[in-house]
Formats: sequence, structure tokens, C-alpha cells
Amino acid sequence: MNLSPATHDGQALHVVGKPLPRVEAVGKVTGGTLYADDIDLSGLLHCKLLRSHHAHARVLSIDTSSALAVPGVVAVITGQDLPARYGIMPTCEDEVALEHEKVRFVGDPVAAVAAVDEAAALAGCRAIRVEYDPLEAVESIEQALLSPGSEPIHDYAGPANIHRLAALEFGDVEAGFARADHIREDVFFFEGNTHLPMEQHSATAQAANGHVTLWSSTQNPHYVQRILASVLDLPMGHVRVVAAPHGGGFGGKCDPFSHEIVVCKLAMLTGRPVKCTLTREEVFYTHRGRHPVLMWVRTGVDASGRICAMHFRTALDGGAYGSYGPASTLYTGALQTTTYAIPAYRFEGARVFTNKAPCGPKRGHGTPQPRFALEVHLDKIAEEIGLDPVELRRRNYVKPFTRTVNWLRITSCGLEEVTDRVLEASRESRRERRPGHGVGFAVSSYMCGAGLPIYWNKLPHSECVINVGRGGVTLFCGATDIGQGSDSVLATVAAEELGLSPGDIRLVTGDTGLTPVDLGSYSSRVTFMAGNAARMAASRMRELIVAAVAEEEGCAPSEIEVREGKIGRLMFEEAAVLAEERLGTLSSHGSYSPPADIGGRYKGSGVGPSPAYSYSAAVVDLDADHCTGEVHVNKVWLAHDIGRAINELAVRGQVEGGVYMALGEALMEAQVYRDGLHKQPSMLDYKSLTFLEMPEVETILVETVDPEGPYGAKEVGQGPLLPVIPAVVSAVHDALGVWVDEVPVTPEKILKALDARAKGKEGRFGPKSFPDVPYPPLVKVTPPDAAAAAL
Amino acid sequence: MSASDDRDVLRLSVNGVEQALLVGPYTTLLELLREDLRLTGTKHGCELGECGACTVLVDGVAQLSCLVLPAQLDGAAVTTIEGLAEGSVLHPLQRAFMRSGALQCGYCTPGMILAAKALLDANPAPSREEIRQALAGNLCRCTGYASIIEAVEDVARSAS
Amino acid sequence: MLRLPRFRYLRPQSVAEAADLMAEHGEQAMLVAGGTDLLPKMKRGQMEAEILVGLGHLAELRQLERSDDGGLRIGAGVTLSQIVHDAALARLYPGYVRAAALVSSPALRNAGTIGGNLCVDTRCNFYDQSYEWRMAVGFCMKKDGDICRVAPASKRCRAIASSDTAPAAMALGATVTLVSSAGRREVPVSALYEDDGQFYLAKAADEIIESIQLPAATDWSSSYVKVRRRGSIDFPLAGVAVALKAAGPVIEEGRIVITAVASRPLDVSEAAEPLVGCTLASLLEGQRDELLTGVAASAARPAKPLDNADLHYVWRKQMTRRGVEQAVREAATALLARSA
Repeated sequence: MNLSPATHDGQALHVVGKPLPRVEAVGKVTGGTLYADDIDLSGLLHCKLLRSHHAHARVLSIDTSSALAVPGVVAVITGQDLPARYGIMPTCEDEVALEHEKVRFVGDPVAAVAAVDEAAALAGCRAIRVEYDPLEAVESIEQALLSPGSEPIHDYAGPANIHRLAALEFGDVEAGFARADHIREDVFFFEGNTHLPMEQHSATAQAANGHVTLWSSTQNPHYVQRILASVLDLPMGHVRVVAAPHGGGFGGKCDPFSHEIVVCKLAMLTGRPVKCTLTREEVFYTHRGRHPVLMWVRTGVDASGRICAMHFRTALDGGAYGSYGPASTLYTGALQTTTYAIPAYRFEGARVFTNKAPCGPKRGHGTPQPRFALEVHLDKIAEEIGLDPVELRRRNYVKPFTRTVNWLRITSCGLEEVTDRVLEASRESRRERRPGHGVGFAVSSYMCGAGLPIYWNKLPHSECVINVGRGGVTLFCGATDIGQGSDSVLATVAAEELGLSPGDIRLVTGDTGLTPVDLGSYSSRVTFMAGNAARMAASRMRELIVAAVAEEEGCAPSEIEVREGKIGRLMFEEAAVLAEERLGTLSSHGSYSPPADIGGRYKGSGVGPSPAYSYSAAVVDLDADHCTGEVHVNKVWLAHDIGRAINELAVRGQVEGGVYMALGEALMEAQVYRDGLHKQPSMLDYKSLTFLEMPEVETILVETVDPEGPYGAKEVGQGPLLPVIPAVVSAVHDALGVWVDEVPVTPEKILKALDARAKGKEGRFGPKSFPDVPYPPLVKVTPPDAAAAAL
Repeated sequence: MSASDDRDVLRLSVNGVEQALLVGPYTTLLELLREDLRLTGTKHGCELGECGACTVLVDGVAQLSCLVLPAQLDGAAVTTIEGLAEGSVLHPLQRAFMRSGALQCGYCTPGMILAAKALLDANPAPSREEIRQALAGNLCRCTGYASIIEAVEDVARSAS
Repeated sequence: MLRLPRFRYLRPQSVAEAADLMAEHGEQAMLVAGGTDLLPKMKRGQMEAEILVGLGHLAELRQLERSDDGGLRIGAGVTLSQIVHDAALARLYPGYVRAAALVSSPALRNAGTIGGNLCVDTRCNFYDQSYEWRMAVGFCMKKDGDICRVAPASKRCRAIASSDTAPAAMALGATVTLVSSAGRREVPVSALYEDDGQFYLAKAADEIIESIQLPAATDWSSSYVKVRRRGSIDFPLAGVAVALKAAGPVIEEGRIVITAVASRPLDVSEAAEPLVGCTLASLLEGQRDELLTGVAASAARPAKPLDNADLHYVWRKQMTRRGVEQAVREAATALLARSA
């Protein structure tokens, strides 16, 4: 790995950039870490949810009397006990914790039982009698777009089962196509998939004195706190949400969930702590995973391969509820422009409701699907006009410090570097040719935190407090370590500023009762935003202590060196005590809000802006068998513009994990339904890669040192997943000469494409057409002028 | 609920401590460890033998604790993740997992480390392929596995 | 957490006593050895038993001994892992050992026994689901219902034979010894299975597999090819076991058994007849590819996969043919290596 010299703004870096073990690692290797389901409280009750076994039905009646008679059952609640509607996005508050009027997918919760143990709670659930009036179920995008046979899934949506529509145009797209020398259209489909965290969701609530505390495996304690206060009708200050150590999220623990609300309510009703841990099958129903997306893209290029105009249409299968859907919809159109300078761009998106588990954000939220389509589409254009696909891309790469046609501000941009480095590293492999061997390339970009919060508010996006008392440092921040290593980032940043080691920093994170706000672990925002907040708080603390030491020593603060556990000549602890003696309580704070000018000012402009973008390039090397359609991935090279690696080991781990998840999505992961039911709600049947399918990954880190990231750092949690999926599709084409325009690329799809070619048809498998979607009139947005486009 | 009617005395050693426990015949080792003994380091991801998260050692052999009945345990020695360190000195695999970044969320880690221990106890110098085969029943969603292989290789190397 | 329903666990002191207990308790009782198949299915309500009769502790089921005819008698309680790690066994019966090595995952093979694997329940993705899931889709005849969900017109259950070791044992001409309160009998492994996904075992419920007898394998080699999505954990989507006999350079006899494409393993050895008289070398050097393709096509002809497992059933049928070709080549390669 070739990282830049360990200095920042002329200052040597002592811990930033080092491949140090994560700060919480000891608990995780010894079993000491208490995850949400490991929590035990005196008098704990256990809760199970009764879920709908109809995909779409009116609830006529719920009789809980027999459940209450089951030995061990303490309380039973239904939707009448929790009538308040909510949703993570204020524009679609379409959920209730327990449905008592209508169920919308198999797995929709309708009642909850608290009992002395799980077995009694389950027996209680099975004793509840629910009378349903089944309605016609909607199972696909195409079906959702038709006038519904019976009633629509939600009455606030429409026409038909359309949840959300968007239509935006930036610049003159028709004029762009008119001057194009070559125009191509393609249709793609990305099957949905799920997060499959190893840890099943779990939540435990305790209620006393009008206050409620919830420990939950959540990524976003603040948003959960907000929804709980609303649904339980409590003041925000009476709701404390603690993000327990987290057994994997990937976006799947971003929404407020029924089980979280229900255990709070049951704790309030019974006066006893209540826990609910989902089974694996329930985790599949809880979902909020990758949307299935149908895509149509039309691009015009000039004779040199420069893009003149692009028109991108998407239709998302949202499942039964809104979740993050409005954002998901816009994300399918927002980031095409952050890798390619598209002078005129039209995006039309639609999200429909279906009677399936609700979709939401999964690693890359709404962007892996269009990225797959876009990259493969560009490969096809390159093939058609006889241009090297890498060269075609290079001719269109965005430049650093520019503004895109949809007003996104690009700062540091390592696209050229990640391209060069990944091609250089994979050169030998690309030279080697044998039958069935293929190599694919693709690039991508991702946000370092959403520029806007999920609900409108002007709070800082992240806040951090550092207290130093009796020589010890405690850092308080709302950020939530979901395994991505955010605690280590915070500790490293504070340690760097204070001349300590990360292990010297005591962390209190992800606790709305104890820590200042952080919006949560989503949109790859934590390193950038909480990192900046921590750096501000820590540098202020350093100034306080240095000033006290300088005064004691009779020198200027600038003469005091802070490093290796010492402040000037004093040990840190001595210096901290000295400062506390002089100044009283030592407390500092830092906060981060994204700059105001990072996006545009049009309806829909809230999705896409970010204070910085990471860039990734992937090369995938594989063998594909033309007889069986089976694919064996030999190696993946992934170059990532990380800005600056705060912890090289953790960054490498995120890259490898992102490549792993991408390969799973590219080759086998899919949330498939049959007869209105999830077809494979188990770890055995939902296929994820084992050790045996995972190829070698060569990670190349490129440090572009972003001007606004903490020490120049950018994100890594989501970006590296993005280019791998199209690179797999491209490599399969390279290997066998056929296009599989539908992810996952399964053996049967490859064989069908080969079969089509053998019959003299196009060697392709994928959707044949894009449905008629009643997109609204285009919102025409004037792109930035030349002056505004060059920052 | 009380289950005194059908519980039997089970004698086993857990992490070197002899125990006599009153358990129902249907109580899996996973439940016994996590709920009766409060050894919550053993994780559960499916309870159907499909993910490997609950792997522990029974008489030195890797077993899926979600599928082990008390009747299969009488007189057995069970090792869980809590029993690996010698006092405060971590087992070499625990140190290697930390050093190599072989854990992120950490939820598969206890099972993974114990499966790796069973491998190294039987085969102190495994090839990379042998490591992959031995751990192929333990799913991890975070790491992409490479750092786990590295950690196991690291321990094997330093032992030889 | 998924939990087991309550049951009584009986711990007989011998196989004979176990057989008596099974006879005594009838339908209320089930046998359990490794528990790797039964316990997940009990957790999901697919199998119900008030009494489990344990076999795992019985030392008499864990013997491994040479039989008089040069074959091997393996106690049914021997774990799959023991088989996998037995180098001598792998030399004699590579197909059988390979099949054992491909069952599920390493930790599961540490518990699962060879007797249990022969009895492994048939599988179907309408059936291998939780009680609530099955209720939502409508129960099927294999448990709690009365129709076959994958083939509603079918009079019988179409769940899939899913044992990896059964076809491998059949290709070897193996037998099992069954013990019941009525006595002891030895039957070919092939006689253990019915063409019915629900009542898939031809043995009586109170008959216990005591041992499996592998006949002498002089001049034989064998192979097993398993088709599935991943290299671990997954059950077969198609499986092919082949055994070939050749004392010299010419194939004298061949057996082919396919599985996971019907409700029982299918002995399709007739399809192997054209192989007799072929030289191993000609088969492996590509001179008899057409013949091999023909063998594979006729071997796979009875395969009737349905849409109740992973991936497309048409693909599974195609892969059965491929599997036959591969398995024949592997067995021939081993024989050629031995003769050289």
C-alpha cells in the first residue's frame, strides 16, 4: 500500500494512518462484548410478535383473550394500544407498530405478547385469533403500475400503487441528443437483496418514572428516539435510546422498528423490562433492504465518446411501506453525475408499493442498481463505437473541484488515480487469455454523509464532547459503531490531537441519554462528520491544556509540543490535572454541519449533496463456464480514494467487506418471493458467500486528502461495493461474449444468454422493456454556469 | 416457566469448571450456555445449524451448540470463547484476530475463533485451502474473510 | 431464538434396547443420533416427537471393522468427520468419502452420523420452512396438509432425496444392517428408499440402522459430484455417484446413481453399460466423448427436478448430465492412476 507521508497541514501524524487494532476488539475476541440480546435485567419479560400470514388483507378482528390465558403470559397488545402512525421520513408516515386495520405483507406485525419466557410468548401469539379479509396482492413493479384490481396498498399513494415519482431535467437534454453522433438505449434489472447481518435484531426496554430506556441493535439511536417520543407520546427528554454493540447493520437497522416500539410500550404497561429478539426469519421480513429496480437508460455520445446527454429512468419495487423510499428513489438518479461530466441529464424515477417486506437503505442506498446499469451501458456504448471502455470513461470523468450538472459540489476526486492504479495492479491478469476467462472494469463514487438530515432540522449533524478529569479523557458522541470502526475513528482522532494512543480515550457513544446528537451510522457519514466534530472538540481540549502548561512554563503555547503521551515536558495526566486546577472542569465540544452550498435548490435537491465523494475502481478477474454457466471469481482489485486512511487496517477491512458483499449481490444474493411469500427466509436458502467462494482481494488505497475531511479522510463503508457488481457483469461478457443485464448473474441466466446467441438472437439475458410509468412533468433545473461549475 | 418436572442433572465441565446443572432434555447447549450460565459470548444467528455463529468446542471438537442436546454432553468438556484466554493473557488466535483486523462487528468472531482453534489443535500448520475448508461453515458478513485467513495463518506460522 | 419443543429423551444401553423402546412407543418416538437433521426440523415444527430415543452414546454403533470378504463394516454412529479424515477409507472408497466430505459444513459433520445421513429427510422449499411460513402458504401433505405444493396434481409428495452419501453407498453396492425388536436384517442401501417424498424410507419406523457394509473394492474406483450453489453448507441440487471396475486398462463394469432430482436416489447403472469395454485412456483422452455424452444423457433421463429447490429445475437437469460426465471421468482417472 502506498499511502501519503504521515503529515497533515505540515504537522506530523502519530496515530492517524496507523494499522492499529480496533479499540473495542478485546471484548469481541473474548466474548465480553454485550450485544443487544446479551442484555439481561432483573424481572425481564420476553416478547414475541404475531405476524400476518396474508400478503394483503383487511384485519376484521383480533381476539387476544385466549393468549392472556396462556400460562406465563403477562401482557398482550395490538394496534389499538399503539395507534400513532410514523415513518422514518416525515413525508411517508405510513407505518404503525402493530397493524389492526390492514396488513400489507406476510410478516407484518399485528400483535405482541410479553411473557416470562420466549416459549410462553410464542404460545401466547399462537393463541391469538385474527380474522382477515384477504385482498388481491401486488407482487411486481408491473402489477403495481396497473390500476389495482382491489384496493391500493396505501390510500395516500397513487395513481395505482405508485408511492413516489420524480422527474428532473438539468440542461437541455433534447439538444444534447440532437448533437450526439451515437445514441444507445438499454434496459436493466437489479433484483433486490437483503443485509443479512449475522446478529438478529434485538431490543430491550425499561420504563420508570415516565422515562423509557431502550437498548437496541440500531444504527440510528437519534431517529429511533424521535419516533419513540412521538409514538409513545413522551417528551424527547424522557426517551433514552442506547445503541448496543452492534452485530452488523449494512443499512438494515436504520429504521425505527415495530419490535423497538412494542417493547417500550410493554415495559410501560407492565412495569417490567421487556426484550424482543427477532428470529432469522423475522429479520428477513423486517428487511428494508436493496430495492429491486428496473432501469432504462439512453445516452448520446459524440464521435470522440464524450457524453452529450443522458436520460435515466428507474422504477423501484418498494415493498409494503415507505421507509426511506423517497430518498431511495432520488438516489437512483443522483450520483450518475459524480463520476461522469454529463452536460445534460434527465432523471425520471418512480417507487411503487408491493405486498412484500419493505425495502429501504442497504450499503450504497439506491445507487448500486443505477451504477450497475450505467457502467454496463457505457461498456456497450464503448463496444459499439469501437472505443476502449476505460478510455470512454476517462474522456468523461468529472474533474476535481467542479460542480455537476445537478449542482453537486465535487471537491477532491481521485478518479484518474484509482483508474491508473487498479489497471496497473491488474495488468498481468488482463494480459492472460484463455477460453472462458474474463476481466471487467468499472468505477463509482459515493457520498461522505448525506448533506441533509432525514427530517428537517438545523441541529449540527454531529456533536462531540470531550471531558478531561483527573487526567483521564472521555469522549461523548452520538455516533454508533456498527462494526465499521467508528469508535476507533473517534478515539484515533482525539488521540492524535491530544498526543495519546487511541486506547487512552474512553468512549461513550450512541446513547441519546448521555451523548450529544449524531444523526446515525448511515450514508457513510460518521468518519467525515463525527470525525470532524471529534477533531474540533479534541483540538479545543488540547488548546486548553497547552495554554495551562504554557502559562506554568512561562512560554508561548506554540512552543509546547504535544506527542507521545506528553504535553511539553509534562506527562499528559500531569498536564491535564494542572489545567483542571487552573480552569476548573475541563470540557470541550465540537460539532459538524455540512456546508450550505454543496447542492442545488430545487425540489429533490436534498438527495445527493455531500461534503465530499469517495471514488473507487474495480477490476474483476473470473472464469465462466460456457457449459454450466457457473462463474468462478479469481481475484478482485479495488482501488479506493479514501482521502486519508484514519486507520489503514480498518479501511482495508471495509474495502474487503464491500467487495465481498458486492460479489454476493452480483452472483447469488436475492430476496425472492413466490406466492406472496419470501421464498427463502433462512441462512441456508438465502445464499451468501462462504470462505470457499471468496476470491483474493487486492486493496489499493489512494489518498487525495480532502480539504474538508478530518485529516483529509473520506468514506469507505459503502463506496467499494459499487463498482464490483458491474465489473462482474462486464467480466462475464468478456469471458463468454454475452450480456447478463440482470443482477444477480446466475448460471441459468448465463446459459439462457448463450442459448439466445446460439439461436441467432442477441446474446443477452435481461428485461426486454421498461414499463409505462406516468412520470410527472419534468422539473427543469438550470445547471450551474461555467463560473459556478468551476469551484 | 418452571420445568422442574422434566429436568435432569447434567454434569459437564465448562471452560475447565465442573458443573452440575438441572436442565431439560430439550435445552440446547446454546441456550444452556447463554441463558443458564450467562456465557453470552456464544452467539446465535439462525439456531438451525446454518451459520456457524454458535460454534463451541465439545471435547475439543467444533460443534454447533444450537444442535447439541444435554444428553450428548454428559461428562463432556465444553470450551466457549470465554474460556480461551489464560487469565488476562489472550489466546494467540484472539491476539491475531485483533492484529489482522479479522473482526468488525464481532458477532461471528467467537464461533470463528473456536472453529479456527479446533483446526489448529488438529493441524498446527494448515495450508490456506485447509483453513478455508475448515471455516467454510462459519459465515461472516463484514470482513470478506481475507483477514480471518491471515490471522489463522499468522498463528500457525508463529507456532511452527 | 428458535427453541425445541418439549420431549422426553430416552437413553437406551444398547441398540437392541433402543429397538425395543421404538417398538414400545410407536409413533410418539423418533430416533436421534447426531441430531443435525432432526433438531432444526423439530424447531420449525416439521417433525414432532414426544420421545427421542438417543443413539449417539452407543459405542457399539461406532465400530469400524474389516469384514471377511475384504469389505468394511462401519457402525451407523460413526460421524461424517471420522469418515472424511480416514485416509485408508478414502483410498478404498473415494466416492463415498467425497460424498461425506461434501455434506453441509465441518462442524455439522462433527455431529452428523453416517447412519443419520442415509436417513436424512427429503427436502422441499415449500416444506423446509417454519410453522408460520407453511401456514401462510398453506400446509403440504408432507406435514400438516394434504396436497403437494410444488405439484398440486401429484398424488404423492415430491420432496427431494437429499442424502449425499446414499447414492455413493448405492454405487458401491453397499448394504445396511437394520435392527428392530423383531430381529436383524441386511438389505441393499438401494432398498432403503421409496419413491415418495413423504414416506421416503422403506424401513419400518422402529428399525435402526446398525451399520453400513461396504463390499470389497478391489479393482473398483468411485467418485461423487455434487451440484450446488456454494462449496459448503448447501444440500445437493443434483448429485452423481459413479463406481467403475477395471482390473486393467479396460472398464469391466460401471454403476451410476443420481440423487436430488427425484424423491429417492435413482440407480441408473444401465446407462453405464456402453462404458464396458472402453479403455480408461480412450475415455480420458477425449476419444469417447460422444459415448460419454450419450451415457450422461441416458443416466440423467429419469431426473425429474421440480421447482422446489435452489436454482432453476431445467438447469439442475442439465447439471445432472454434466455431473455424470465429470463423475465418470474422475472415477476413470483414479483407476488409471492406480493401474499406472
